[in-house]
Amino acid sequence: MSVLVIAEHDNASIKDATLNTVTAAKELGDVTVLVAGNGCAAAGEAASKIDGVVKVLVADDAAYDHEIAENMSTLVVSLAGDFTHILAPATANGRNFMPRIAALLDVAQISDIVKVESADTFVRPIYAGNAMATVQTSDAKKIITVRTTGFDAAATEGGSAAVESVAAAGCSGKSTLIGEELSKSERPELTSAKVVISGGRGMGNGENFQLLEKVADKLGAAIGASRAAVDAGFVPNDLQVGQTGKIVAPELYIAVGISGAIQHLAGMKDSKVIVAINKDEEAPIFQVADYGLVADLFEAVPELEKELG
Amino acid sequence: MDYNVNVRVKPDNTGVETANVKMSMNPFDEIAVEEAIRLKEAGTATEVVVVSMGEKKCQETIRTALAMGADRGILVETDDELEPLAVAKILKGIVEKESPDMVFLGKQAIDGDNAQTGQMLAALLDWPQGTFASKVELADGGVNVTREVDGGLQTLKLSLPAIVTSDLRLNEPRYASLPNIMKAKKKPLETVTPADFGVDTAARVKVLKVEEPAKRQAGIKVATVSELVDKLKNEAKVV
Repeated sequence: MSVLVIAEHDNASIKDATLNTVTAAKELGDVTVLVAGNGCAAAGEAASKIDGVVKVLVADDAAYDHEIAENMSTLVVSLAGDFTHILAPATANGRNFMPRIAALLDVAQISDIVKVESADTFVRPIYAGNAMATVQTSDAKKIITVRTTGFDAAATEGGSAAVESVAAAGCSGKSTLIGEELSKSERPELTSAKVVISGGRGMGNGENFQLLEKVADKLGAAIGASRAAVDAGFVPNDLQVGQTGKIVAPELYIAVGISGAIQHLAGMKDSKVIVAINKDEEAPIFQVADYGLVADLFEAVPELEKELG
Repeated sequence: MDYNVNVRVKPDNTGVETANVKMSMNPFDEIAVEEAIRLKEAGTATEVVVVSMGEKKCQETIRTALAMGADRGILVETDDELEPLAVAKILKGIVEKESPDMVFLGKQAIDGDNAQTGQMLAALLDWPQGTFASKVELADGGVNVTREVDGGLQTLKLSLPAIVTSDLRLNEPRYASLPNIMKAKKKPLETVTPADFGVDTAARVKVLKVEEPAKRQAGIKVATVSELVDKLKNEAKVV
């Protein structure tokens, strides 16, 4: 079996989500990593060092800037012939271009797998993670996105894969990037952080998130939010944890002023330890929390910061 | 299934209970319908056609969209469970017949959680795609789509015709008023079948079993912040 993993990168380095995807891919066969970007040679080098990767393909062309789906899918389809499985992390980018690739190859896509049972059988969550489906595909080529919290990260050292350039496959011209508004943060990336502290509607306003930031500083944590907090404009949308936001599974998840709707739980209930701080003792979040504290967050959170020294 | 329903896995592990469970339009699709109706209200779109596929009772979902303000509906009637690829192929047939300038879909259905159909349709038609859209603006012959991406927002300019899939923050869908629900009953609703488009709906992916996810152990309540920190340090050892 030979497996292609489409890397998520920032041109200089490989993102963590790809490392989890490589682990899933290794269960299926020999792993080749595709690094497509604009000025991405350094990321290609970094990919060659990932433990267990046998080959790296680098497609360096302006067409792959920002991983525009139309151009990425044409490229991957041009390379698809040699591979039985094509995997990408289920990030916003992977979720954007992978179904396009699947349709061009006339195969179904298996989204968000959390387990590899065999070369054609996988486990994936459905209904916001309230059921786990074991699915078997009859397609010759398997197009798969990987829920990164389902697999450990492959080591970034130890590999010595050959790096090969591949030809660009053209630009559709139908889609052009005209602007970007990215959140700047010194904190760890939400999806790979060991500790996440999230705020909900109970935070009251955006300024109050500073209370969480102080705790996050002490714990080296990433900040997350519920949909209610994002919709109310407290924090930007890319902090949303849940069925339609980011899926996280840190060592420690602290939910502050979050009731725990089904859609939020879908994004965090695989965390190792869950802490809930909420003044409503009936809040559903307490049904999944390992440690619950019924208290006013405006008193408890500053106290927590102090206790953490 | 309605988004507030607590899903129950069937005891024989063949799927989840859907009998006698409240059903409603997929929340992302409501947002897609709303966006199309707003384009019509702004005078940019001339007609909004809604399509749904599945059993006869999918009619109700189409009527809901008609009551929101869509002009007419197409029901693709089938008792088969349609996978995203089959849905995309049928939609391609409908697009070729109706030749719209834009197709709006939800970014994902909250049951299958696949998030594939819009992208697949775009691929089959060779149209550009604006997925996870939080803003859609028509601009000099094309459409500017602001997308929710992992690091924030990204704006793409797409040539028309184009596919857009809606994210939650694109708009706030309206409620249908009673008079509009009554009027919707008189709006045209055409029924077709997958065979009309020559689409093979055979499943490529077989569901072998559906299980409950691992249950979390019930936790404990702590009385004070210092007790909490003590537990996290000495019992859970996570700080």
